[in-house]
This record gives sequence, structure tokens and C-alpha cells, in this order.
Amino acid sequence: MQYKSQAVAMPYFIAAIGLFVGQIIFGLIMGMQYVVGDFLFPEIPFNVARMVHTNLLIVWLLFGFMGAAYYMVPEESETELYSTKLAWILFWVFLAAGALTILGYLFVPYATLAEMTGNDLLATMGREFLEQPLPTKIGIVVVALAFLFNITMTVLKGRKTAISVVLLLGLWGLAIFFLFSFYNPHNLVRDKLYWWFVVHLWVEGVWELILAALLAFVLIKVTGVDREVIEKWLYVIITLALVTGIIGTGHHFFWIGTPEYWQWWGSIFSALEPVPFFAMTVFAFNMVNRRKREHPNKAAVLWALGTGVMAFLGAGVWGFLHTLAPVNYYTHGSQITAAHGHMAFYGAYVMVVITIISYAMPLLRGRAANSEKAQVLEMWSFWLMTIAMVFITLFLTAAGILQVWLQRVSDTPMSFMAAQDQVVLFYWMREWAGVVFFIGLLTYLASFFVKGETKAVAN
Amino acid sequence: MNTATTAALSVAPAITVERRLAGDLAIWIFILAELLAFGVFFAAYAFTRANHIELFDAEQVALHRDAGALNTVLLLTASYFVVRAVQAAERLASAASARWLLAAMVCGAGFVIVKLFEYSAAFEQGVSLSSSPFHMFYLSLTFFHFMHVILGMVILGAMWFGARAGRYRPGDMNGLETGAAYWHMVDLVWLILFPLVYVIH
Repeated sequence: MQYKSQAVAMPYFIAAIGLFVGQIIFGLIMGMQYVVGDFLFPEIPFNVARMVHTNLLIVWLLFGFMGAAYYMVPEESETELYSTKLAWILFWVFLAAGALTILGYLFVPYATLAEMTGNDLLATMGREFLEQPLPTKIGIVVVALAFLFNITMTVLKGRKTAISVVLLLGLWGLAIFFLFSFYNPHNLVRDKLYWWFVVHLWVEGVWELILAALLAFVLIKVTGVDREVIEKWLYVIITLALVTGIIGTGHHFFWIGTPEYWQWWGSIFSALEPVPFFAMTVFAFNMVNRRKREHPNKAAVLWALGTGVMAFLGAGVWGFLHTLAPVNYYTHGSQITAAHGHMAFYGAYVMVVITIISYAMPLLRGRAANSEKAQVLEMWSFWLMTIAMVFITLFLTAAGILQVWLQRVSDTPMSFMAAQDQVVLFYWMREWAGVVFFIGLLTYLASFFVKGETKAVAN
Repeated sequence: MNTATTAALSVAPAITVERRLAGDLAIWIFILAELLAFGVFFAAYAFTRANHIELFDAEQVALHRDAGALNTVLLLTASYFVVRAVQAAERLASAASARWLLAAMVCGAGFVIVKLFEYSAAFEQGVSLSSSPFHMFYLSLTFFHFMHVILGMVILGAMWFGARAGRYRPGDMNGLETGAAYWHMVDLVWLILFPLVYVIH
């Protein structure tokens, strides 16, 4: 750690990991409800578990991004953070808002929650992933703006690098596109259209910039490859990501009531969305092969390489599987989507946040890298979680193919619930893979507490 | 783009025996991605046309083929000027290089103006993205390409400033060659797009 203010990243990382654990617990609950319908009913209905599972994911990734920014930007800008105090205040505000929202979901019926929080003043709730009550949404905007102010001021007073510019672009985009969550037109077509401005332009647009910036930062640090080379790749990757990703939004406009040309635009551009992810994988391996130093933190290198591969598989390949309009006509909203969603979020965003945590946490704790023993355990957690996620994805894909066949393709199509009954075996296997994932996550937690001989910081 | 590469290499003193990639590797990756995107679009056009041959033929005749031909001449000329700009920089004639780039930009601007007239005429006739499959492809492909011409002109503009500042010289041609390669890609795509959409039936 070169700058004192970088230390503020630590609570963000800890909160991220804590919420990650919560997310997985609710994932397991929901996976169980797939096969044992009344599991934990009426205490935790499926829709509530799902809301908590997805909202926790988003919130912990945001904690991860913010922590990453607080760690990276002072080092990139070669100056202390504009205001460490503000970063601390925002941490507690965001954590409290997040916790209150989740508790609200769990203990207050959703309709009552909507009434209590002023949804009749400005109706924004009730839409998938944007379920947050109005005060929470406003809180997110306020925290995001104050955070961006802090980070932008830091960049402005210090050195400006490609990495911090790309990171800022991504973070500003994140905040700006979230504003569409306040817009809820009566026309359902337009409602869905703008809903995707948040959901798609986040994960297949501006978040990819954040991902690329985080990955580039860690790769510079662990490989010692010239910044110039890495920056050039960064520019190529983000250009490809934006060109394919922005118009690729069209792959969500196939069946919502928008004009037919979206089937062409959406299919063609989103079919190319794997390209930037492929470039990212090539980039990560290329940089590690050309490394000029052997960084003692092997675990961070593993996570960085894993991010490239799994993001390409999950976001790229599994996205491509069902992105062409004629295919999506059958697969839309099936378990194929769930399979893609799981591996894409894990491969791209979960893994990149763990990459930066894996790199930065030892430094924040005053050492170049964790002990050999701790790293071995961390690498075990990498393989457990990653392989479990591969199996979750494969089982859901199998369930999805069967579901699409039974429900939509066959000559005697079944009803939704009848088709669900036929794929129960895959849901059971998915749940067991989920348990392995959870064991992997616990292993990851344990790796933070393993003692042993550590290497001192080199510089 | 081959003309530019060979032309630039033939003028450059043959000191290095090993083959050198003209322009930055990054731009070539980008160009390949661009060609892939256009290629997918062209393939989609071909498949759709196979199902609507009569419709495509009838609506193709209604296009302004002369405007398309004029634009082909303008883009090819612009590419020639860019080649001359690279050659001029190779022999340390920065001022001449800048003039050639300016000439290329004028041709590019000509393309944009012709295209805008073509679009306004088409819109008046009720051509839209939803009026027919052929119109969808005609507008999408040409507009997608149109945006590339505009980006290409921005790049030419940046190179023009660079040439005027005398930034490019033998052994330090990366910036100029990179931009030139991009412009030639824009030209190349049009050379496929024009016959495919305007002529072949």
C-alpha cells in the first residue's frame, strides 16, 4: 500500500465478502425451493428469496467496485484520496441503506413496504432487480454521486492514466444509467425498454469498462508488463465492448413490442459481444506469459486468469447460445437464461472483484502476499467455486434445453409447471453444485485467517 | 489497405529485411473485429435476400445507384490521397503530407454530403427501418458504414494536425499508418457494400 488513504478500501472489501455470503445462502434457499416448493414457507417466500439473492449480488459487487476504486485511484493518480472521511461516511450510509432494504424485504410484505416508502408518490418498485424502495434508490444515487465526486477529484488533482479514465467512465456510466430506474412509464413496452437501459447497459456496457480497468490494474501490478502495452489492449477491449454492447441491447427488444428491425440489430451486434471477452482472455494470458517479474501473490494471478476465461465462457459463449432472435424465440426466459446469468455474473464480475481483493487485501494488511498456506487454501476455493459454478451452469443448461423442448418445441407441449416437474433431477444436481460452491466460499473465508510466513512488501 | 502498405514499404529504404506490420497491432485487431461485424451483416443480408429475391430486386432498382457510384469514386480517391500522404511523410515532406490528408478529408466530406441527399430522398419516399426487409438492410448497412466514414474523418483530422506538426517521419510512422489502415478499411467495406446492396441482383 503506497498511500494511507487506500486503507479505506478494506471495509468495502469486507462488506462485499459478507454480503456475498448472504447472497449464496439465499441462493441455496431458493435452489431448495425449486425442488421442495414449501421449504421455509411462509417465512421466506420464493419471490422474496429471489429478490434478496439478486439485490445482494448487485450491492456487494457495488461495494467491491467502490473498494477497488478507493484502492486503485490513489495509486494510479499518485496522490492521497480527496477525502478519506467522505469515503468512510459513505461506507456506513451505503451499508445501513443496504441492510435496511434487505431487512425490509424479509420482514415487511412487499406491498406494505411499497406503501411505507412512498411508492405512491413516485412508482419505481416492483420491477425485477429494481425492487428497491424509493428512499433506497435515492440513497444509491446520493452515495454514487458523492463517491464519484471523491474519486473524480482525486483523479483531477493527480496523474491521469488510461486505467483511471476508463474506470471513471465506467463508474459515471453506472450512476447515469441507474437514473432510468426512476422512470416508469405506463406503456409497458417503454417501461421494459428503459428498464433494460439500466440492466443491460450496466452489465453489458459500463460494468465491462470497470471490469477491464480492474483487470488491467492487477495485471500491471502482478506482471510488470509496460503500462503502454496494457493500456493499448484496454482501449481496444473497451471500444469492442461498447460497440457490441450498446447496440447489443437490442437482443432484449426482440419480443417486447419494439419494431422488428431490433431482431436484426440485436442479433448481429450481440452475436459479437463475445469478441471483447475473448480479447480480454487473450490479453490476460498474454500479459502473464510476458511477465517481467514473479509476483509472490500467485492466487491473485490465478483469479485474474480465471476472470478472463470464465467471463468469456459465461458472458460470451453462454450469451451467444441464445442471443440470436430465431433461437431466442424458443429459449426466451427459460433456464438457459438462468444458466447464462449465473456463469456470466460469476465469471465477469464476481471473479474480477475477488481478483482485486485477492491482490489488494494482503497489501492492505501490510504484506506483499499471503503465506504459502493461505494462498494454497485460496486457490482451493478458486477451484471449488469455479468448478461448482461450471456445474451449476451445465445443469441449468440441461434443464433449460429439456424445458424448452417439453414446453415449447414438442408436438404436444406441456404447461410450465408440468415441464418443471420433468426437470427436477437437474434442479437437485444444481442444488448440490450450489452446496459445493458454498463450501468453496467458506474455504475462501477461511483463507483470510490462515497464518504463516508472509513476504514483506517489496517497494 | 494493401496499396498503402506496399506503397509505403516500397518508398521506405529497405534496411530491415524482416516484414513489418504497418500501423499498430491494436488497429489490426480492431479492423478484424469491424470486418467481422460487417461480414455478419452481409451474410444476414444474403440469407434474407434468398427468401425475398423479387422484393429485394424491385427495391434495389429504386436506389440512387449514381449517387452510390459517385460515392465509390470519392472514397477511392480519398484512399489514394491517404496513400500519397503516407508516402509524403516517408520522404519527410510533412507539409505535402498534410495537404494530401486535407484532400482526403474533402473527399470524405463529399461522401457525407452525397449520402445525406440520398437519405433525405429515401425518407421522403417513405423508406424506413420498418418499411421492408430490404430497406432495413439498406438503411442499417449504409448508416453503420456512414458512421465509420465520420469516425474515419475525425481520425484523418487528427492525422492532419499531426502531419502539420511534423510528427511523422521514417521510423516513426506508427500514428499515420494506423489511421491510414483504418481509413482503407472504411473504403474496403464500401467496395463490398456498394455492389452488394446497390448493384448485384
